[in-house]
Order: sequence, then C-alpha cells, then structure tokens
Amino acid sequence: MSGFFSGLVRLRRGSWEMVATVLIGLGVVMLMQPFVLWAFTYSFITTLVGTVMFIIVSHFPE
Amino acid sequence: MSQTTLDQAAQATPPRAARRIKGLSDRAIAWIFVGPTIFLLLAINIFPLIWTINLSFTNFKANRANRAVEYIGFRNYERILTDSDIWLSMQATAHFLFWTIFFQVLIGFTLAWLINKKFKGNDLWTTIIVLPMMLSPAVVGNFWTFLYQPQIGLFNYVVAFFTGADPSSFEMLGSVNLAPWSIVIVDTWMWTPFVMLICLAGLRSIPDYIYEAAEIDRASKLRQFFTITIPMVLPFLMLAVLFRGIENFKMFDLVVQLTGGGPGSVTELASINLKREAFEKWRTGYSSAFAIILFVTVFGLASIYVKALNKVKER
Repeated sequence: MSGFFSGLVRLRRGSWEMVATVLIGLGVVMLMQPFVLWAFTYSFITTLVGTVMFIIVSHFPE
Repeated sequence: MSQTTLDQAAQATPPRAARRIKGLSDRAIAWIFVGPTIFLLLAINIFPLIWTINLSFTNFKANRANRAVEYIGFRNYERILTDSDIWLSMQATAHFLFWTIFFQVLIGFTLAWLINKKFKGNDLWTTIIVLPMMLSPAVVGNFWTFLYQPQIGLFNYVVAFFTGADPSSFEMLGSVNLAPWSIVIVDTWMWTPFVMLICLAGLRSIPDYIYEAAEIDRASKLRQFFTITIPMVLPFLMLAVLFRGIENFKMFDLVVQLTGGGPGSVTELASINLKREAFEKWRTGYSSAFAIILFVTVFGLASIYVKALNKVKER
C-alpha cells in the first residue's frame, strides 16, 4: 500500500494507471447501473477523466 | 513490343529526374508507402471523430442543414445524462452485454474443450458448429423471428416439450420479460462459435509435454485444468471477450430484425436509440454527443482491457 502511494508521489506509471483504471471502471458501472440517476449523470465525466488520465499516465516511467 | 516502349520511356526520362528518383532515402520511400494509408485514416476516422465532437456542442439538425447552427456548450451532454430513456437504454445494453458475453464464454470454452479431445469426425463437428457465425445477421434475425412465433415457431415447441407448458402460452418477442432474453439467446447462438474458435486456438497452442510433466507429478485432471489449461487459454479468452464486448456494445442489426427495440423500449439498445435520435428525430447535435459518450466508454474500457491482456501475456 505504501508502494502505491509513493508511486503516486513519484509519478510512477503503475500507481497512476491503477487510479485511472478504477475511475474508468467506476464510470462504466455508474453509466449502466439501474439504481440512481445522479450516478448516471456523473458517469461520463468520471469515465472521461479516467480515460484521459490513462492516456497521459501510460507515458510515465515504470 | 512493350519492352521497346519501356526502353523508350526510360530513355525519354530527363537524367536529372532519374537521379532524383534514384536518390530517395529509405525514410522517403517509407513515407511514400505509408502516406496513403495515413491520409485515408485521417480522412475516414480522425476527421469524422473531430467533426462529431464539434457537432456535439451545437444544435445542428441534418434535415435542416441551411438553418444557422448555434453553439450551445455542454447542453446536449446535460440533456443526455439526465434523460431517463437513455438511462434505460444503457441498462438494456448492460443486460445484453453481460449475459451474451457470459454465455458465449461459458458455452464457447466448453465446446472448444470438447472439440479439442481427439475423436472421430471432430473436424466435421467444428464445421457444423461454426456455421451460424457465417450467416448474415439480417438472415439470422429473420429466421429466429419465425422460430420464436408462438403459433408455428419451433422454439416454443421445444420449450413446451421440456417444460410441459402450452407452446402458444408465451411469446418470446412480444413479452416485456422475455424479449431481452430472446436477443441474448440469438446472439449467443450466432457468436458462440467465434469464441469457441479462439479458445480452440488457445487449447491447441498448449504443448503436450506440459500435461505429461503434470501426469508424472501425479497432478489430478482437475488440477491440470485449473493450473495449466485455464491460465494458458486466458489471453485468448480475454481477446475473445474484448472482441465480443466491443461488437455487442454497438449491436444493432440483429436486434432491429428481431424486436426493433420493442416491446415498448425494453430491447432498445444504445445503438438503436442513437440511430433513432440521429435519423428519425434528426437531432444531429444531440446524437453526436451521445455517440461521443459511447465512444469514450468503449475507448476507456478497451484501454484497460488491453493493458490487462498484456499483463496476462507477460506472465
């Protein structure tokens, strides 16, 4: 866990890709869930932030 | 005769031009070959994408192309993401996506595992199983519409034979509860062979000596399955899921042929809703925004999936 946070601080690819992946996954679940409309409303921005972040952080050093 | 013509053409080329062509660097030659492809890619993929993003911020209607176009900011996105009909169509898409992939992977892998056993006529069985995949979705949609007919349809009679229910007591395409499952069944029937073929390629790539070594170590068949077969087929299986996931996310033709999105809108998948907004209501700006939302979702999912696939392959 501390490795994950130090990776975030030192701008390492693994940790940041994990954050982006969680955001994309969360966005997709929010988009398709049948429970609350507000989650659907904010799903696109969540997925978009995750996707853009994924593209950027995949150029970070290992 | 043609040789003479070629010689004449070569002799007619001015010496300076000939030297220039002869002196092309490898990089320039590479650009000459790659250039047309890059141009086509830009013209057919990148330009429409940028144009769609641009349209998604406008109130443009394609059937009123002469009307002045206004930039309305994020209003299209706002409308889509608070629209309960779009929300329902995303839920229908999620239901379709999850269950088709689940059944296709389950049945496809099982079939591949069985076909991989060496028995007489397994090539013939492979060909027979692969047949549905080769048919046009329009044809499949049409004949499954007949199979689902409550009065004369074979499907109802088969279900009635096993359950004892009256064949005309249920209507697969007309019932709100059964229609979502009817499209899942047809897509599974059509595309399970595709998953099977990919799994079969994975199974056949496992060398026999690994199983022989496991036999010598007295590993049980179950242990061999979970520690050799599944991990080695996993990259292939993930690839199949990726292909089917992207394909089913934009599923259109088969569902239009079967239910047309009905009854009501229970089988109105995102792509059908998108087509209605774009080409029936002619809300081009609105539908562009919807298309961008779907694109970002698929792109994001595909990115993390390809990453996971590479990790599995590295193991």
